[in-house]
Amino acid sequence: MKNESDNKMWRSIEEQEGKHVPQARFNPFNNDFLSRREFMEWSSGMVAVLSASACTRMPQQKIVPYNKTPEKVVPGKPLYFATTMTLNGRAIGVLAESHMGRPTKLDGNALHPASLGGSDAYAQAAVLGLYDPDRSQSLNMAGSPMYWENAAASLNAIAKNHLARRGEGFRILTEPVVSPSLAAQIDAFVAANPAAQWHQYEPVHRDTEREGALMAFGEDVASVYAFKPAEVVVSLDSDFLMEPANPRYARDFASNRTMLQGSHGMSRLYSAEASPTITGAKADNRIVARASEVEQIAAALAQACGVSVQGTPSVTAAHKKWVQAAAEDLKKHEGASLVVPGRWQTPLVHALAHAMNARLRNVGKTVRYTAPVEVHSVAQSDSIKRLALDMQAGKVETVLILGGNPVYNAPSDVKFSESLSKVKNRIHCGLYVDETASQCNYHIPEAHFLESWGDARAYDGTASLIQPLIAPLYGGKTYSEVLAAFSGDANAKSYDQVRAYWKGKAGGDFERSWTRWLNEGVVEGSASADKRVALRAEGSWAKVGRAPTATSMEVIFRPDATMFDGRFSNNGWLQEMPKPLSKLTWDNAAFVSAATAAALGIKNEQVIRIVWGGKSVDAPVWILPGHADNSVTLPLGYGRTHAGRLGTGTGFNAYSLRPSGSTWSFAGVEIAKTDKQYRLANTQSHANMEGRPIVRTATLAKAQKDHHWTHIHMHVPERLQNVDVGTAGGEHAPVAPAQYQWGMAINLSACNGCNSCVVACQAENNIPNVGKEEVIRGREMHWINLDRYYEGDTANPDTHFQPRMCVQCETAPCEVVCPVGATAHDNEGLNNMVYNRCVGTKYCSNNCPYKVRHFNFFEYTKTITPSMKMVQNPDVTVRGRGVMEKCTYCVQRISEARITAKNEGRKIRDGEVKTACQTACPSQAIFFGDISNPNSLVSKIKAESHNYGLLEELNTKPRTTYLGKVTNPNTALSAEKS
Amino acid sequence: MSQLFGRSANTLALLTISVVLLLGGIGVGLAYAIQGSSYVTEVNTFKAQPVPFSHQHHVGGLGIDCRYCHTSVETSAVAGVPPVDTCMNCHKMMWADAPMLKPIRDAHKTGEAIEWNQVNKVPEFVYFNHSAHINKGVSCVSCHGQVNEMPLMRKTQTLYMGFCLDCHRNPQANLRPVEAVTDMDWHPDEEWKKKDKLVHHGIHPKKNFEVHQLTNCSMCHR
Repeated sequence: MKNESDNKMWRSIEEQEGKHVPQARFNPFNNDFLSRREFMEWSSGMVAVLSASACTRMPQQKIVPYNKTPEKVVPGKPLYFATTMTLNGRAIGVLAESHMGRPTKLDGNALHPASLGGSDAYAQAAVLGLYDPDRSQSLNMAGSPMYWENAAASLNAIAKNHLARRGEGFRILTEPVVSPSLAAQIDAFVAANPAAQWHQYEPVHRDTEREGALMAFGEDVASVYAFKPAEVVVSLDSDFLMEPANPRYARDFASNRTMLQGSHGMSRLYSAEASPTITGAKADNRIVARASEVEQIAAALAQACGVSVQGTPSVTAAHKKWVQAAAEDLKKHEGASLVVPGRWQTPLVHALAHAMNARLRNVGKTVRYTAPVEVHSVAQSDSIKRLALDMQAGKVETVLILGGNPVYNAPSDVKFSESLSKVKNRIHCGLYVDETASQCNYHIPEAHFLESWGDARAYDGTASLIQPLIAPLYGGKTYSEVLAAFSGDANAKSYDQVRAYWKGKAGGDFERSWTRWLNEGVVEGSASADKRVALRAEGSWAKVGRAPTATSMEVIFRPDATMFDGRFSNNGWLQEMPKPLSKLTWDNAAFVSAATAAALGIKNEQVIRIVWGGKSVDAPVWILPGHADNSVTLPLGYGRTHAGRLGTGTGFNAYSLRPSGSTWSFAGVEIAKTDKQYRLANTQSHANMEGRPIVRTATLAKAQKDHHWTHIHMHVPERLQNVDVGTAGGEHAPVAPAQYQWGMAINLSACNGCNSCVVACQAENNIPNVGKEEVIRGREMHWINLDRYYEGDTANPDTHFQPRMCVQCETAPCEVVCPVGATAHDNEGLNNMVYNRCVGTKYCSNNCPYKVRHFNFFEYTKTITPSMKMVQNPDVTVRGRGVMEKCTYCVQRISEARITAKNEGRKIRDGEVKTACQTACPSQAIFFGDISNPNSLVSKIKAESHNYGLLEELNTKPRTTYLGKVTNPNTALSAEKS
Repeated sequence: MSQLFGRSANTLALLTISVVLLLGGIGVGLAYAIQGSSYVTEVNTFKAQPVPFSHQHHVGGLGIDCRYCHTSVETSAVAGVPPVDTCMNCHKMMWADAPMLKPIRDAHKTGEAIEWNQVNKVPEFVYFNHSAHINKGVSCVSCHGQVNEMPLMRKTQTLYMGFCLDCHRNPQANLRPVEAVTDMDWHPDEEWKKKDKLVHHGIHPKKNFEVHQLTNCSMCHR
């Protein structure tokens, strides 16, 4: 039995220091423009006006039926289509939900290998991007709008001019291309214009992976990891749990760590990293190493694993212990272990990891090698540099930029913007009139992937088709249509192009295969074949360099956890989503460790100037526990100038400091203090649970010894003991019998804090965004709060995640205090929220011990643009101002399933109702179902001995319960951490 | 010292109080009357439509089943207002030149949709599902009235929450055999009158479904 005083978890530095963190949330006068007295004056006036206007008739509405009903459309019933989203040179198969031709929700496609049904926050939020009113809406040529036919004619004229010179002076710049059909088209174009060149650049590139493979094998190969059979995983500054467009890794990793009945043991993750990631947060043994030290650690680990590395790696004593322990564990689990290098690390780290995996006989078991997923993989930093130099030298007459935003995100030393101005024909095709588009004289709006035909390959090479859910809203064109216009075919359709490409690939009946691929969302049998690679003799490459100087300040660049490289800047869902670790919204910040902040004498929200090589960037500081000392992380993706109404002006632009050589980290920056302050909207201390044992954790050893380790004795005042507060369930209190009793269980051992559920919930339940100012006031509306807790010292704390939403108390404290009966129980155990009854007293929220009720302080949804309204789920009420709202277990999905089951004269099957968060979760941490059925999956999960309810001592009888978090640290190391 | 108020003040005070109460009462009564009047509820108010479609003629006269046009009523939340194509199935041949049907022909030609004025409507926060009712023997007539007698569509019920609850509290009175839900002239026979209609529709109060669950908020609100 643990005691409540054992709990030493904290969320913010202030809390750890024992300071009181004020709660801003429900102070209605928490604003600057209205005093309490003025509020009373205004409200009495408003009451008079509103009561006079209350007697109105319902407005006359129109019914506009189809003229000719499209095939398969049944009004009121959604349709689902399999399509594909690409991000960062990888594809993820998604299922798009369409309501009468209007896509409203994306989820992972269970048949697609990169998803298996799970998805990440980017995939969840992508549908909002489709309806973004700031998307590019018109074709522009030399500053004036133009028709496509005319534009296509002038593109063709440009191409003809180049064709006469074999393509001399013509350049194409793309992001890495994973579309086989598009690549074939570009190849054909370059073949016809042999002097033309194809450049590729994306700021979050895989150059180090590529160079590492070249170093170790002499050829470029992609590593495909299998986490399922991996018992021991060592992450060398890798963030594989947040791999873009690949939640499969998170799923496989979690499947080894469910700690459920019948699962055998638990894998162990070692992690060495500089800038905290969710992968590091899940690690059982994490060490903090500066970015430059990781190479030394990798070399020491490689030596310990039997790889001959020349030189003596310099590793601190604490790190050495970690290296030894990890090496022993790796060797003990030969063939079932895995070393994963991070793409932020040097090529040598990658090569060493390959060598270790080979030495540990992991190849073919936990890692396999395939040809690169992207077509013609290149060193992208070089590619963009060469292009910039050629443009500078006047060798380029026409540059065709298909996607990407190099003016904003190219390395600062290549001076892309300046070089671009020397090009005569600057043609850009993209979703936004962004930084690059605004410097081009031709801009063609791009079709969103939900508007286009196409194809793309996933991490393992599996191809899947992209099919449109809606006609282009703004006349967008796909890359392949633009390219076809250059060749004189203005009326080319991507549909024909993709079909033509695959027609050549399919054996047998093409039409049947095509239909099946579209239906299932996967081209079967298209995964890349394993590539047999031989390790080059270590003597030729495995040399470890000199140790870095510990005192020099290092700067680290990372893609932002919500904005990625900046492409999601104008996506409100992602802007407002608290970042998994820092819990920042709407901004980035310079992350430093507490020790470094103390040494520099800087505080949270203080603006510092980071100076390097004559350039500087001003950034507000945010102290991130577990960050390496003498290092500062600058997240990319902010500080945009042409992002749109939401994205422009948020955060600072870290690209302005990022060089092309050491793109991920380098030493030697200087930090100057300024006396400026910058207010950040951070949610980490919102709805603080005041030090109660909310998250319960144990090591594997402890969990195996004491099966009831999550059961903590809490002191409850005598007058509250065994008091049944009853339900205010109206006529049928406390709980009337029903056919189903819904309940949820969340496995904290599996949850990795990735935020997929948060956005999924927002998309499913029409949850509004509130903006930075309101987040600062503690009024964010997310129904799921993904809490992040720290345990231990600030230097390298353990990190825990806990999704917290309405737990549907059986005896709900909110219900008894509602004066208008707007929240009441139903027979199936749901704590219903009746929005149209709510008058906004907020009593319920004040009485909610879990702080999971959210109030619409303003009219958030009426004011959005018509296109944004199209993303709303028609099955869920759109709430107005003055209404409380909260999680309802996706009651719309339950109702739908209940009606379907009743119509078919059967019961709802176990697993038939899945909540939005459950579907989205890549780690399968969320279980939902009928708890009155002892054979349902959720009942079995809840029967686990380490199942516990949040604040159970209050007699609230929560329907959502948690399985305590189990970690599997190496006992040889657990006593000390660096 | 003389009296501050004269004798008449008593009467005046009583009079004032009664007048205020009376006016207040009239005000409240008036408000109720207005809210309940067909001016506000629109019950039994005919609405003009782009084409004066007559249910009386099509249903009552020709005997076309509801589901010929409202195709999704058994499977979806929405019964579905028929597309122009459905009209044209017959009116390509019959009354092909009738001036009354010009908007239909125009729509068919141009692809421009026809905007009908909605007659029966529940507020946006109510999630009424047609299929759930149709498949459990609640007739169209229960909510929409005898449409076979309506030359133009009108509302016969307020469709307010009170109306829904009356039936959700005691569904027996509105249940029919499923085969008869679209039958405009159905009358219960003696056998049906004696039957437990809930059991007939597979709803066993003790076994699997409490009728009072029908008054749960989540039944209709999400």
